[in-house]
Amino acid sequence: MEMEIPGGTNESRLMNRTLYEFNGGVHPDEHKQVSTARPIALAPLPKQLVIPLSQHIGQAAKAIVSVGDQVLKGQRIGQAEGYVSVSVHAPTSGTVTAIAAHAVAHPSGLSDLCVSIVPDGADQWVEHASLDYRNMEPSHLRNLLRDMGIAGLGGAVFPSFIKLNPGAAQKVPTLILNGGECEPWISCDDMLMRERAVEILQGAAVMRFMLNSDDVLVGIEDNKPEAIAALRVAAAECGFPVEVIAVPTVYPGGGAKQLIKVLTGKEVPSGGRSTDIGVATFNVGTAYALHRAVNHGEPLISRIVTVTGNVHRPQNFEVLIGMPVAELVRLAGSVKDDTSGYVMGGPMMGITLAGDDVPVVKATNCILAQSPGLFPPAPPAMPCIRCTRCAQACPADLQPQELYWFARAKNFGKTQEYNLFDCIECGCCSYVCPSHIPLVQYYRYAKSEIWAKEKDKKAADQARERHEFRQLRIEREKRERAAKLAQRASAKPAEVASGSPEDAAAAAKKATIQAAIERAKAKKDSVTPKNVTDLPPEKLQEIAEIEARRAKIREIAQQPVDE
Amino acid sequence: MAGLAVFLGAALGFAAVRFKVQEDPIVEQIDAILPQTQCGQCGFPGCKPYATAIANGEAEINQCPPGGEDGIHKLAELLGVEFKPLNAEHGEPKPKSVAIIDEATCIGCTLCIQACPVDAILGAAKQMHTVIAQECTGCELCIAPCPVDCISMVTIKEDLATWKWKYPVVQMKAAS
Repeated sequence: MEMEIPGGTNESRLMNRTLYEFNGGVHPDEHKQVSTARPIALAPLPKQLVIPLSQHIGQAAKAIVSVGDQVLKGQRIGQAEGYVSVSVHAPTSGTVTAIAAHAVAHPSGLSDLCVSIVPDGADQWVEHASLDYRNMEPSHLRNLLRDMGIAGLGGAVFPSFIKLNPGAAQKVPTLILNGGECEPWISCDDMLMRERAVEILQGAAVMRFMLNSDDVLVGIEDNKPEAIAALRVAAAECGFPVEVIAVPTVYPGGGAKQLIKVLTGKEVPSGGRSTDIGVATFNVGTAYALHRAVNHGEPLISRIVTVTGNVHRPQNFEVLIGMPVAELVRLAGSVKDDTSGYVMGGPMMGITLAGDDVPVVKATNCILAQSPGLFPPAPPAMPCIRCTRCAQACPADLQPQELYWFARAKNFGKTQEYNLFDCIECGCCSYVCPSHIPLVQYYRYAKSEIWAKEKDKKAADQARERHEFRQLRIEREKRERAAKLAQRASAKPAEVASGSPEDAAAAAKKATIQAAIERAKAKKDSVTPKNVTDLPPEKLQEIAEIEARRAKIREIAQQPVDE
Repeated sequence: MAGLAVFLGAALGFAAVRFKVQEDPIVEQIDAILPQTQCGQCGFPGCKPYATAIANGEAEINQCPPGGEDGIHKLAELLGVEFKPLNAEHGEPKPKSVAIIDEATCIGCTLCIQACPVDAILGAAKQMHTVIAQECTGCELCIAPCPVDCISMVTIKEDLATWKWKYPVVQMKAAS
């Protein structure tokens, strides 16, 4: 597999590495040369940039700017929310004109929350500086990378800071840079490797440091000899051992699991991650973005995009995130008249765009203009004849024909038993199917149904828990109220039956008051009014009679009334 | 021979006790299939009572509109009975929705809070109430008690998080 390339003086070239093979795969027409004839061009500032807050796998970022704000190039406009998330940044300086739903590149054609920025033309950077990554707390460094928006540029856009965590083992022995780029038409990684190989390896140096890796392997399909040569030259001078390995060209040889198998012979276990077998894989574009972030302090605000297919001048561009597809294809000499639509990505795995007003995002490796001539519509499907050619082509060692039958019958449990979730949706099965059945569509349907059901199940479990807790609470409150009532009812008779210390105290108080009343009464009785001292006896007699009458009235008043 | 029989009998007996499989009681299994909206459309005050009634043979399996045909199929499979179409007496399946309180109209009477089976409404007496959308099961039990009719059900719109791939519509060519 080794290719003789002049200029490659690295010892790795002389090493005889045993390469392995994965099962299946297909050989579609490459069409890569059409876009590699011209160097990467810098796309000019568009009139408006639309930056989706959700460009990565995981939770969308939260907008931290408002409409009308002036932002600088590289300024954070969306903050990572939750663990699996990264930030998004202003790709140039300008004014925030909207934070609203806008059409995005998604198979549904639905809109998503985006920040729109009208550039001021100054392209003025926010204050930024390189990171002293070797003398930094590893978790702090990872958080900085999250805040700089670094995510995998190979297509899955998984937050890189999570993959750059060596975990409990403190070590991921093998670091693989993925320069496979197996999908037809796409050449952005090829051109990046040709032109910026040194920077890619500078990014790899950071990865190697963070993951404490022993081996650094760069896997490149052998249909990219210029890229292989460029990386070998860079590897010879980068200061750490790097093995640049040409791998046979077979689709999907650039799939992470497939490349790991080819380079190391190891297989990622079903449902597992590559770190389980001590391997970390990053796209070469991610390594380049990491280099810009760490050694220049620049967040991820641009990427290389191949514009090809039914355009006049296919080429690769360095494009700011948020650039509308319509403006981008204009740079490639506009589309030809018979253009029927656009695909983001390649013909095997790409997604059809609902329109050309969607922005370029971190995942956009290619914009492929389609025409009926270049991409004839699929012939009508015919019934499955169980020829199992799909099983021979499947690079994930699945049984696509079985998965198809189960997905079609909505027997989702069975699809999971047949490891549906190991399917990478590469499209090899549909490609070889003699009945032209859109097999991947069935798998995608089954996967999203299963996810939705799991979500519903989780919601139901939560509702059950909350309902049961509420029931419990109502029951408890009822019990508590009953207990309180019972206590009050039993407290009343206790008051009458004296004996408790409280009752004794109350009785003592009562006695004191009674004594005071008695004393006052006695005092009153002992006092004789002064106005009756010098009176004649008949007057005294009269007074005595009146007093007697009063006493009698008092007595009557105190007697209970007879009814 | 007799010794062997006694030994094997003892071994089997021991295994039966030692490796006894703890199975979920049937009520739990039925309850796990029910959608837990706690809406009471089935005629029982919640999903668990309905599950208990099914287990006791006091209710049919086709009384749960939120569970839909899917739920009935699952119940039929679990209980080994024939599938029956949803009984229209108990209502029709509706798209998933959440309750929304018009906060300007709310007088803070707490009646909806008392009606909510999953404690998804937040508020206090004479204070404005609001629905915690993530916890709302869409049971509609809060609507009737509201004296000022300020609660409405809003269908959950499809967004990128809830969007699903559709069942492929494939143009089939009849094999001639």
